[in-house]
Amino acid sequence: MASEKLYGALAEFDTTASLFSACEQIRDAGFKKWDSHTPFPVHNLDKAMGLPASILPWLVFVMGLTGAGAGLLLQWWTSAVNYPLVISGKPLFSWQAFVPICFELMVLFCALGAVFGMFHLNRLPQLYHSLFRSERFARVTDDKFFISIEAVDPKFDKLDTVELLKKVGATHVELVEE
Amino acid sequence: MSGHHQVTEVDPASVTISAKHGLWAKLPIIFFCLSGIGIGLTLMGGFKSHEQIKQFYFSYLTAFLFWLSIGLGGLFFVLVQHAARAGWSVIVRRMAETLIAPLALFAVLFIPVALGAHDLFHWTHAEAVAKDPILQHKAAYLNLGRFYTFAAIYFVIWGGFGFWFFKRSTQQDKSGDRQLTRKMQIVSGPALLLYALTVTYAAVDWIMSLEPHWYSTMFGVYYFAGSVVGMFAVLTLIAMAARRAKVTADLLTVEHFHDLGKLLFAFTVFWAYIAFSQYMLIWYANIPEETAWYAQRWPGAWRKISVMIAVGHFVVPFFFLMTRITKRARLPLILAALWMMVIHWVDVYWLVMPTLHPETVHLGLTDLGCTLAIGGLYLGFVTWLWRKHPLIPVKDPRLAESAAFENF
Repeated sequence: MASEKLYGALAEFDTTASLFSACEQIRDAGFKKWDSHTPFPVHNLDKAMGLPASILPWLVFVMGLTGAGAGLLLQWWTSAVNYPLVISGKPLFSWQAFVPICFELMVLFCALGAVFGMFHLNRLPQLYHSLFRSERFARVTDDKFFISIEAVDPKFDKLDTVELLKKVGATHVELVEE
Repeated sequence: MSGHHQVTEVDPASVTISAKHGLWAKLPIIFFCLSGIGIGLTLMGGFKSHEQIKQFYFSYLTAFLFWLSIGLGGLFFVLVQHAARAGWSVIVRRMAETLIAPLALFAVLFIPVALGAHDLFHWTHAEAVAKDPILQHKAAYLNLGRFYTFAAIYFVIWGGFGFWFFKRSTQQDKSGDRQLTRKMQIVSGPALLLYALTVTYAAVDWIMSLEPHWYSTMFGVYYFAGSVVGMFAVLTLIAMAARRAKVTADLLTVEHFHDLGKLLFAFTVFWAYIAFSQYMLIWYANIPEETAWYAQRWPGAWRKISVMIAVGHFVVPFFFLMTRITKRARLPLILAALWMMVIHWVDVYWLVMPTLHPETVHLGLTDLGCTLAIGGLYLGFVTWLWRKHPLIPVKDPRLAESAAFENF
């Protein structure tokens, strides 16, 4: 199948500790387009991989402001512009009464922003991924740990990268096609 | 995974302030001197006219409630850590314990409030109550006999628990007895219930009853929320000081400060939630005997203080403390903690003082003097404990867990 493009190299590890130190070495080798795969969250793996802080908090912050602003706008327009109705002698635009709804919409927008922002940053939904071609990769949901380095990474080299992955402690390395 | 501390044995002497720590060892003297200066400033305010005497009592009540709130916030913190069997907080728990050990001191400091009850509380005036059907109706609760009895009960509970928890924890420093941790955990549950009741009643007795016609069922929580904010500000500053004095055996890390910052932020938001809820319900219902309290604080001179509290106690710290950057950097966190202490004092002042000066804001030397006098005395005792006991519970079974704690 020479016409198939190469996706990258997939390396298998037995323990979190060996994965952890391998990640640190891959990071230090200067790779950019690579990822680690584990059956459960491994704390501080993001630091070992040298990942920058997620932009998700900022996304949630902006969504929160949007939600609160939208809530205020909605209430201002409905109760002071479109259908002005005096309630218990209070001004049409009574911000005190609007706070709870602004607050709730802020929370709602934050929650939606957090969940869907997370989906987006994780590139989900994704129905197909090249790594699923590897049969061994199925055990990532069970008891094995993996590192994948993509062929599009400028540092990637068919032979050298496989060598490097073996050197940093992989128990098995394979090349995966797209 | 990375940089876990292996805590085997912490030498108690290395985490106790001693003569070799220079200025840190002199903190008790410095605070007692500040207290002396405070007393001097208070005396300068004069006690000749009835006006001056009333000013003293109100300033004193403000200062008393402010410093008491720091101790009560500390008691809440210690109780909750035990009830939740918290691991991360063990390193800073002793610092909070030094805040609660001298809580009994406030029973003595309460004497001027007890003596000044007639000048502070309108409901103590028998002739005024006789003409006032509402106050007659409330007389079953608002009377001096009950007022003093309840105050005595509060101080027995606060002083007792403050001393008890400090004593057990410092005992463990020597014996390493794990049963003490269990004992403290068992007591913390019922103690929290008593704590909630006493703080609520005390806030009603000593602050809300300044305006005896007014009532708000949220008032106890309001004082509590402010107390915890003030306490986390003080606790953060103590932890910063301990770090600076190098009495933390390098176990206190940026992770603990990050958590203290998070709690300061969280309780600032909680305070705002309570403050706004109380305000909005009263605003919405618009019943004269309820709105009177806010009406006194909105028109006129008190309006700018009200705005200052809304902005300074919520809006600014909310955005400032939201990001992890400010909570993990030293200077921004110190500034935030100092500011929250100041604005918490303003909040207490705003609760008490409009009763005395409905039309104007008189920030005077007596206010400063009383705050220094009580604060100096209280913090003098707190820092004196730092010289007697390790600032870290060296044999707490969860110390290693606390030292290894990291935020993800």
